[in-house]
Formats: sequence, C-alpha cells, structure tokens
Amino acid sequence: MSIDTVDRTASRPEAAPLETPGRRRQRISTGILIAGVGVLLLVGLASTDGSARFALSDAFDEVQLPTVTVPGFTTVLVCGLLCLAAAVGYLSGSLRGRWPVLAGAVAGLAVVMGFLTWAASGRELPFPVSNQFAGTLSLATPLVFGALCGVLCERSGIVNVSIEGQFLSAAFAAAIVGSLTSSVPAALIAAVLAGLVMAALLAVFSINYLVNQVVLGVVLNLLAVGVTGFLFDQLVEPASLKYNSAPVLEPLPIPGLASIPFFGRVLFEQNILAYLAAISVFVVWLVLYRTTWGLRIRAVGEHPEAADTVGISVRGIRWSAVLAGGVFGGLGGSFFTLASTGSFTKEFTVGNGFIALAAVIMGRWHPVLASIMCLFFGFVTQMASQLQTLSTPMPSQFLLILPYVATIIAVAGLVGRVRPPAADGIPYEK
Amino acid sequence: MTPSSPPAVGTGLRLRGITKRFGDLVANDSIDLDITPGEIHCLLGENGAGKTTLMNVLYGLLQPDDGTISIEGVDHAHETPKEAIAAGIGMVHQHFMLVDVFTVAENLILGREDGTTGLLNMAQARRHVRALSERYGLNVDPDAVIEDLPVGVQQRVEILKALANDAKYLILDEPTAVLTPQETDQLMSVMRSLRDEGKAIVFITHKLREVREIADKITVIRHGKVVGTAKPTDPEADLAELMVGRAVTLVVDKKLASPSPEPRLALKGVWVASPNGTLAVQDLDLDVFGGEIVCIAGVQGNGQTELAEALLGLIRVLKGSIQLDGRPLTGLTPSETIDAGLGFVPEDRKQHGCVGTFTVAENLILNHYDEHPYARGIALDLSKVRQNAAHRVDEFDIRTQSIESTVSSLSGGNQQKVVLARELSRTLALLVACQPTRGLDVGAVEFVHKRLIEERDRGTAVVIVSTELDEVVALADRIAVMYRGRVVGIVPPDTSREVLGLMMAGVPTEEALASASSTTLAEEDAALEASLEEMHHES
Amino acid sequence: MSPEPRKRRLVIPWSDVLITIASIVLAFIVGALLMIFSDTEVRSKFAYFFARPSDALIASWEKISGAYAALIKGAIGGYGPITETTAQAAPLICAGLGVGLAFRAGLFNIGAQGQAVLGAIVAAYIGFTWHLPPGIHLLLAILGGLLGGAFWGGIVGWLKAKTGAHEVIVTIMMNYIALGLLAYLLTTPAFQRPGRTDPISPIVDWNATMPRLEGGQLHLGFLLALLAAVAVWWLLDRSTIGFAIRAVGANPHAAATAGMSVARTTIITMFLAGALAGLAGVQAALGPSASGLPVPLSLGIVGSIGFDAITVALLGQSKPLGTVLAGLLFGALHAGGLAMQSVAQTPLTLTTVLQALIVLFVAAPALVTKIVPFLKPRKTRAFGPVPEGGLA
Repeated sequence: MSIDTVDRTASRPEAAPLETPGRRRQRISTGILIAGVGVLLLVGLASTDGSARFALSDAFDEVQLPTVTVPGFTTVLVCGLLCLAAAVGYLSGSLRGRWPVLAGAVAGLAVVMGFLTWAASGRELPFPVSNQFAGTLSLATPLVFGALCGVLCERSGIVNVSIEGQFLSAAFAAAIVGSLTSSVPAALIAAVLAGLVMAALLAVFSINYLVNQVVLGVVLNLLAVGVTGFLFDQLVEPASLKYNSAPVLEPLPIPGLASIPFFGRVLFEQNILAYLAAISVFVVWLVLYRTTWGLRIRAVGEHPEAADTVGISVRGIRWSAVLAGGVFGGLGGSFFTLASTGSFTKEFTVGNGFIALAAVIMGRWHPVLASIMCLFFGFVTQMASQLQTLSTPMPSQFLLILPYVATIIAVAGLVGRVRPPAADGIPYEK
Repeated sequence: MTPSSPPAVGTGLRLRGITKRFGDLVANDSIDLDITPGEIHCLLGENGAGKTTLMNVLYGLLQPDDGTISIEGVDHAHETPKEAIAAGIGMVHQHFMLVDVFTVAENLILGREDGTTGLLNMAQARRHVRALSERYGLNVDPDAVIEDLPVGVQQRVEILKALANDAKYLILDEPTAVLTPQETDQLMSVMRSLRDEGKAIVFITHKLREVREIADKITVIRHGKVVGTAKPTDPEADLAELMVGRAVTLVVDKKLASPSPEPRLALKGVWVASPNGTLAVQDLDLDVFGGEIVCIAGVQGNGQTELAEALLGLIRVLKGSIQLDGRPLTGLTPSETIDAGLGFVPEDRKQHGCVGTFTVAENLILNHYDEHPYARGIALDLSKVRQNAAHRVDEFDIRTQSIESTVSSLSGGNQQKVVLARELSRTLALLVACQPTRGLDVGAVEFVHKRLIEERDRGTAVVIVSTELDEVVALADRIAVMYRGRVVGIVPPDTSREVLGLMMAGVPTEEALASASSTTLAEEDAALEASLEEMHHES
Repeated sequence: MSPEPRKRRLVIPWSDVLITIASIVLAFIVGALLMIFSDTEVRSKFAYFFARPSDALIASWEKISGAYAALIKGAIGGYGPITETTAQAAPLICAGLGVGLAFRAGLFNIGAQGQAVLGAIVAAYIGFTWHLPPGIHLLLAILGGLLGGAFWGGIVGWLKAKTGAHEVIVTIMMNYIALGLLAYLLTTPAFQRPGRTDPISPIVDWNATMPRLEGGQLHLGFLLALLAAVAVWWLLDRSTIGFAIRAVGANPHAAATAGMSVARTTIITMFLAGALAGLAGVQAALGPSASGLPVPLSLGIVGSIGFDAITVALLGQSKPLGTVLAGLLFGALHAGGLAMQSVAQTPLTLTTVLQALIVLFVAAPALVTKIVPFLKPRKTRAFGPVPEGGLA
C-alpha cells in the first residue's frame, strides 16, 4: 500500500523569488537610512580638517603598536560616498543574492570609520582603539546576560520586560551582601538569588495568574525601583560604609593569551563575569538546540497545546525557563556593582535591561545573534564615551543618547518585521 | 470484521456517564461509549454536538465533571495526556498539534525523547521516522520543516506521531476536512489497514458519505447526548435525521441562474503574493457574471484566501487587473473596495469577521461606521446605530439577549448572521464569501445558503470560496477549481466528485474528465469503488 | 422578536471595587513589613523579640502608624492636603489617559515619560521666552506643550505604522532620548538661566502660570485633567475616531477587513496619547508650586509621572472615569508620601512600592481572593483591554 498515488499533492508550490511589501519597505527604509548617514558624513566634511589618529595600544601596554594616522577629509569623503553607493544599491532594488548583505556590511563599516575619523580628526589625542574594543566587551557583558535571560524566557513563551528590574535588584543584593561579607562569591550568589526571586515573581504572575506579561514586566520594574530605592534611602544611605562598599572584581588575565599584542588586552584581560558571559552564550545555545529541555522550551513557546498533547507540562517548562533566565539576569545585575565601584546608586542600570530586550528582538530570539547585537550596543556606548574625552564637535549629551538612537534605528530600519516565537506573550490556559 | 456489540470485559475502551460542563453549557451529558479493537467506530454529529469535547476528555486534555473511563478493564480516574498515551491512546487533532517551525523528526520525538543524557539524539529520531513511515506506507521526510509541508502530509505526520507511541486506540478528529476526495480515499485505506492490524479507530465526522463508506459501528451524538447508534447501511436521510433531530432536505432549493449579459467582475492575469513571500495566485483569469454564483473549490492553501483578500484590497495585487463593473479594483484599499460595492464574508469570522468584544450593534456597522447616517462629522449617532441594529436583528433573526450584548457571547451561527446582516444590508455589486458555513450546524447552514442565493437572485455577482465539496456542488452555478494559485478549470456543478477531486490535485480538466470513467453524479459511487480497487491493486 | 434598543446603565462593579480595596490594604501590609524590616532601630528590638516581644511590637506599631498617619493626613487631612492631592493627581490623570488611550488601540505606550518631558520643554520655553498678555500666553504655552508631546508620541506611531518597530522598545528609547535632549537644551543659552552654570532654566512668566485658588494647590491643571478625561470619554465612546481606535485595539484583523486603516489609527492614537502625556508635562512646567511660581525647567522636572501613569492607566482599566479615580488615589499617595517623608522620616520611595504592589494585586484577582477568601472571584480578566502577544 502506498499513499502517493497522486504525488502532485505532496510537494509545495515552489517559493518564488518575489519581494513582499514588507521586504520592500525594509529595503527602502534601509536605503534611506544609509543615504541619510552618507549625506550627514558629507555635510560633516565642512568641519573636518587635519588628520585623524588611531592608537592601537595605550601607554601602559608592554608591546607598543604604532598609532595609525589617516587623512581626515579624504577618509570621510570616501566613507560618505561608499554609504551613498550602498544606498543607491538598496533603493534601486538591483542588489541580488549576497550583495545586499555585503553592501550593508560595507555601509556599516563606512559609517563607523567615517564618523570616528570626523570626530577624531584635528584633535590633540589619538582615538584609543584597544580601549574601544576592551570597553565594548565590558559594556556588553551585562547586556549579554540580560539578552540570554530574555532569550530563555521568550523562547518558552514568556515576554520578559522586567530584565531591567532583575538587573536592579541583583545589583542591589550584590552591593549589600558583598559589603556585609566582603566576599565576591557571596555577592554573586546573592545577585543570582535576587534574579531568581524577580524571575519567580514574573513566573507566578504570568504563568499561574495569567497576568498580561508586558504589563507585568513594567510593574515588576517599578517594584524593583521602589523596593531598592526605599531600602537604599532607609537602610543603606545612612550607613553606606557598612552596606554599600562591596568588593570589586579584578581583571583576570589569562596567562599567555593576555600578552598577545592588542588582542590580549582586548579579549583576555576581562573579569570573571565577562568570561562567564561568553561561556553562557555557548551553553544557552547548546541547551536550546541540542537538549531535550531546550526542545521542550522551544515547543511550549511555539505551540503549547501541541506540547500539552504529548504530555509535556507547559507550566513546568515555562517556570524552568524563566527561572533559568533569572540566573542570568542576576549575574548581569551583579556586574553593575561588582565590576565598577562596588556600590549601588538608585536606578543606576539606566535602561540596560531594555537594551538587552531590544537585542533579543534584533537577534531574532537566538542566543548567539542576540549576543552579537549586545556587542553592537556595547560598541556604540563605548564609542560615545571615548569621543566625549576627545572634545569632539558633538555635544556630549548627544553622544550619550547615541545607543538609544541606535536601538530605534536598528529596531525600525534594519530589522524590519521579525517573527517571534508564535506563543510569545500569550498565557496558556488549560 | 463484523462489529460485536459491547466488548468483552477487560478489552477495549469503556466510557460510562461522561459529563462535561463549560459554565452553563453541558457539552457532554452522561455519555456511554464502547470502543473495540479491530473496528472503525464513527462518532457522527453536527458541529458543536460535543464530539471533540468527548475525545479530549478521553485523551486527558479535559477532566470530566462526572463519569468513568476504563481502558482494558483498568479505571483511569484523573487521566492526563501522558497517561492516555501510555495507555495506548493516540489522537489526530482537527487543528494539528505540530510545532510549525520544527522538523518532522523533532515533532515526532517531542515529549518522548530518550531521557538518559538530556541530549537530543536526532539521528535516532530520523531513523525512527523512516522506519515508521516505511512500515505504514506513509511517505514522510524526517528533515522537512512542518510549515513547508502541504496539509495532507502534515496529517500523515500527526498519524505517525500517534503510531510512534504504539497507539492501540487511534482517534481521528474530522480528518477529511483538509483533504481532496482522492486523499480522503487514501486516508480511508490507511484506516482500514490499521484496523486490520487490530487497532481501534475512532473516526469523528459530520459527513454522512464517509460514515457510510467506512464505519463498522456508528454512534450519533446530538447536543452532548448519545441519541442512538446506526448501521452503515442505513439510508443517508435516516442518519441525517438522527444527527440533526429533524428531517433534513439534503438539496439546496435553487432556481436556475439568470446571469447578466456582461461579466460584472473581471480578473485578468492576476498575480498575488502571500504575506510570507510566496506566490499565492499566479496569472489568474476569471469572469463572474451578475446573478450567478461562482464557487472556488480547492484544498485549503492553494491561493483561494489570498485571492479573496486581494479582491478586498487587503493584500496588494502584484500584476494584472481586477475590474468591477468596468472600474478597476486593483490598488484600492479595503474601505474603497467596500464603497465600490464589495461585500466580504471572511473565512474566519472570529478573527476577521467581527470584533468579539464589541456589541452586536457596533459590529453591524463595523465597515460603514463613519458614513451617513451613523456619523455626523466625527460624532457617532448612537440612536441611529441602535435603530439599525434592532432592524437587522429582526430581519436576520439573530438570537441575542440584546443588541448591546457582545458578539463573542453569541453562538457561531449567530455570529455569522451578524456578519451576513452587515454585508447584505447594502446594495452590492459583488459578494465574496469565504467558507461561509464552516463550523455551523445544519439549521444555520440552511439559513446562510438561502441568503447567498437570494443575493445572487438580486443580480449580484457572488464568489464563494469553499473547501467543502458538498457545499460547492450545492451552491455553484459554475465551479472554478484552484490549485497552486491557478485556476485548473471551470466546470458546471454537475461534474462528478472524482473529476473535481482530480482537478483539486492539479489534473487539468480534459485529462480529469478522460481519466474518470464516468462524469455523472449517478455513476459516481461506482467510479469511486473502481478507483479504490485500482489503488489496492497497485500496492 | 427584536430586543428593544435601550440605554446602557452604569453598573457599579462591586466585586472589582472590593478587589481593589483589598489590593490596597494588602499593599499597605507589605509596605509595613518592608518598613519594619528596613528600620535599623525597630529591627534591633526584634533581636530580643522572645525575651520581651512588647518592645518590638510597640516599636513596629509606632513606626507603621506614624508613617501611615502622616501619609493619610498629608493626603486628605484638610483643605490644604486635599488640594495638594489634586495637584499631584492632575498630571497623573493626564498622562494616565494617554497611556490608557493607547492601550485601547492595542498599543503599549511606555513613553509617557518622554512625551511629558517634551511637553514640559515646549511649554516652559514659551512660558519664559515669549512675553505675551495674560490668557493668551498661558493658552499658547499649553498648546505648545500639547503639540510637543503629540510630536514625540506621533514619531512612535509613525515608526510602528511604517516599519513595524514595536512600540515598547521605541517608547522606552524615546524616553531616554527626551531626557538627553532636555539635558542638552539646558546647556544652551536659549534655555539656561543667565548667570547659572547648573542645568536650570529661567522662571516661567506669571502670565503663563496656571492660576490657582487662594489658600491651596487647587489650580487650573486639575480642571484641565478632568476636561481631558471627559474629552477622552467622548472620543472613545461617541466618535468615529474612537470607534476605530477601539476596533483596532480589540481585533486589528477584523478592523482591517472592515476597511479601517490600522496604520492611520496607530499614528492618530499615538499622536493623541502623546498630547495627553504632553499635558502632564505642561502641568509640571506651568503649574504653581507651593511658592506660587512654577518650578523652573530642570532635569527632574516631570519626576516619574510617565511611569506612574502606566500604573494609573492599569488601575483605571484604561477607562476615563477609572483613570481619574486611580489618578486621585496615586496623587493622594504622592501628596501623603511627601508629608510622610518630612514628618515621619520615611522615604518617599515607599509610595512607589505601594503603587507597584497595588497594581500587581489588582492584576491577579485570583491571588487576592486566595489571600482574602471571603471575596468573590471576579469573572473578567484584570485591566480590561490590554493587548496580548509578544514584542515584534
């Protein structure tokens, strides 16, 4: 017995290489965006003079690499023209196959290069390249943890807008426990516990009480702001030496690797959390795509009824994923305290949780892609703060909002409509 | 093969006094049912009779308020799907329980992964799929992603999923709704061979023809109660009466069409892309005259929905022209096509037809709320809105507590009446109705059919998209069969099911007519038999 | 037989009211626990709880009753406190209406904060730069603020409609950008007060200050907030625009099928929502402070109005009347919180905790009925119309 007597039904209409309105809109908005930046660069030519210098090493490095000097005017001009060329390619719609990606990459590099040259040309100090990359990694570390938290939650179908709140409570817990015990491990454990508590609140209200998840996230953030703020005012501030002087994480140079010129300093002189973040990306990827638990997490996020009909506990899997996310949220939060001054100030995570959330969306709910997006945000933020010290023609307040503008541009222009897990944000009622 | 009445103690499934309530609604009212291995047991009942609820109770997805389930003599009190699966029950749900973005193999191992290491063993899963599909002759590629597969193949994956768990009792919930007649025949032969292996099959349907063709035993359910059993040899009219509770005329009362001399709707070389980027409609030509009903038949997902949405202006036409009474419809927005005289009954009334949380009155003006007499400037005239609602509720006999009740509180049939009342209350040039009777009970179906024919007799061009061949044959003046975004052919309504089925599978009209041994309705059954014979010989 | 068309009656949802009251009580209980836990002195008495429990209990009671008594007295204890409550409530109501209106269209407007900042910037700028006759000056400053907020909200609507960018992310980012913009402007000569180096603006003209009643803080702003609530009610329930907003919010697919433009409705809604939040910013910039003059523009000008507004809208179920009541409640909390801070030395941040807890409990009626079993469980889901689904 064979069922394929009429085999014409078995195959699918071939996917035609057709541009849908959505893709067309995305292509054109990308083109306009790149063109806009290109024009801005050309306008910037008027205020570009002298040459721009890029320092590959900083003064304390053992091996001193040369400082690269490029002519300001020419570089900015070339970069602006490259952007315009890429924009023409996008807008005309004549790019096919790999070309759009390539043009996008060229335009992206040209934007960064052109902008940096414009900002650095004619300044007294060179632009510190190795600082730029080292700082990128350090700024991206909490974002990566936050993004992994978001990926785990959302893959299981729970929207997590409260990454910010998890960061804040974990940072607070790390500060208090770190101060009381003077122990980094204790501070880390406290941070993870705080992340878990926040995650448990998210889980119990969204999974058991079916509260709208975006609303819940917003309220949990407010709760975290309120509780940490209140405890800070009432308890910590009057005795900040006792409660708000946690030990700080020292950089852990990896022997051997750390002495490689340039890369050693960038990659292998980070603190323990940065290494942990890198490992975690791999672990989360492995869990999601190579384990039974991961298969189940993805299944309940896509089609909870289907998982239910094969005997999987949708609530159980969602709880486990949200709690696992809480661990990463806690680690990410601890970074703000332990990797900087060891002390907590009110609302000092300033939107990092939301940027991590944006990275989740732009990274299409994939741990590796989302982490790359975190690196992008880290890069922009670090660049903004580096340029502040160069006294560039741009007001420092504008540089500070650069990461947020970049987020909007990325969400609106470059990503277009992405496909979230099908059951993301929808409570499962039995 | 001949069914014996109650199964011997200790074998089979035994449901006693199953009662399930949802709020005030009693979905299952003290139902007794026996299922015996080695037979195909048909659960026959109208939409909303409680068949699916009963099976969900059996499968452990719902907990009964009362009653017992015993499987091979063992009582299963608080069953979960997991326990049901372990007890040998498998279910193919009407809405497939497949994760769209997973592969066949991933779907198959979900929930039954090898639990020792926690790591997935995909190689083993693939081997398992291949072995199973070979054993049961279901041709499925383990690495195909579900959303890329046609519905017929998705259904095979669902069956494989049940078989992978060594199901002894296989429940199929309305499995033929998504299939062509030929695919239905193939499914039935699979069911027969599974029965012959000793499996029990519960086949849920409301289609009398299928019941009579395959059932060993028939239990009829109406309003949540078992109203009787029947033999497959009973006449269709008797089965229908038992199912509906009154005598039903199986033929739609319809005068001969008197089409207008010129087509009112003219499509020329129309291309439409679906939202996910595939070509849904390709180079389609179609003329529809005033005063005729053209039914667009075809298996779900062959571009009918996109064609209808393109007519409305909801999705863009890539190429080609659509004209209504000589004026172009292409490039217009839905509000403009509605103003041009288009009435639209969408496929999914809950998702697209009405706003569930809005009142009946509000839904009745949903597509002309900003026009005279309901709006003055931007102010709504609520008294006019209420007057209209009272009038329509009366005219279309919409059963609602009040015009201020929300539409989501109405039954499916009354929701559809709200949509029809809204669309048919204007003078139309063109009416496009998609799956106008899906999920409705017989009374509501009759009502909808009557209204559609009245609209035709008013001189409107009527396009009906339907996957139900019975409905297509009953309503159409001409049938256009769609396959992969193209019209395979346009045929008269007395074309045989076999020819229509072949056309729905993409066989061009002449070829289909030639390969079918007979083209008249009277000889159709014989033709079906013949093709079945042929298939058995092939294997 | 057709049912008679009849008017809708206002039915008081008693179980909702009871759940809300229970939620408020529960929130205050948790707040009390937090106070005891965080007070060093009280905690030290718990150290010997088993030896002499009365010490700890009395200290706890004094702490709690002192704080809450100050809170209640500061909120409703006389004409002065009551007008302080209305003054605190007015911007919350306006911004809450903005958030609620967006909810009705299925949009999460987390950006009331940024929209209010823009409203404050424009209103204050007109207020201290232009010098116009009374009446006209105030009117123009208010309109300018409305447009400022509407512009900021409109950007989000436009981005959502044209590119599909999710409004949660965009509005949050727009909040930070608005704050950055304000920080920048306050360093420019156009905004910075002459002779000052810190980021603060000149004082708004008297002609552009909202008039207030003698002897309290009841000013024009509260009247404007009530008018805004009536306007939103009319818009939603009596106009074609509101009909489209509600339809798009409840079922965008059906709305599109019925010929409504989801994109246009999104833009209009975010524009209006921004204007309402902008009005909250106007109140912060032009409303008289205790001294009678408005607070000059500075980085903290709108406080956390925009975020509090989200809780106001949620508690008010996105309905105008509910929003007014919720705004009054949280306004009272703020007014009382200020008194509590100065009288009972309990930080104002406690009110943030209370606010979040109240909304959290209201959101989960099943939890409240579990804790307080004699309440009947509510049938409908909390919050009325809040869109479901993920973030893309």
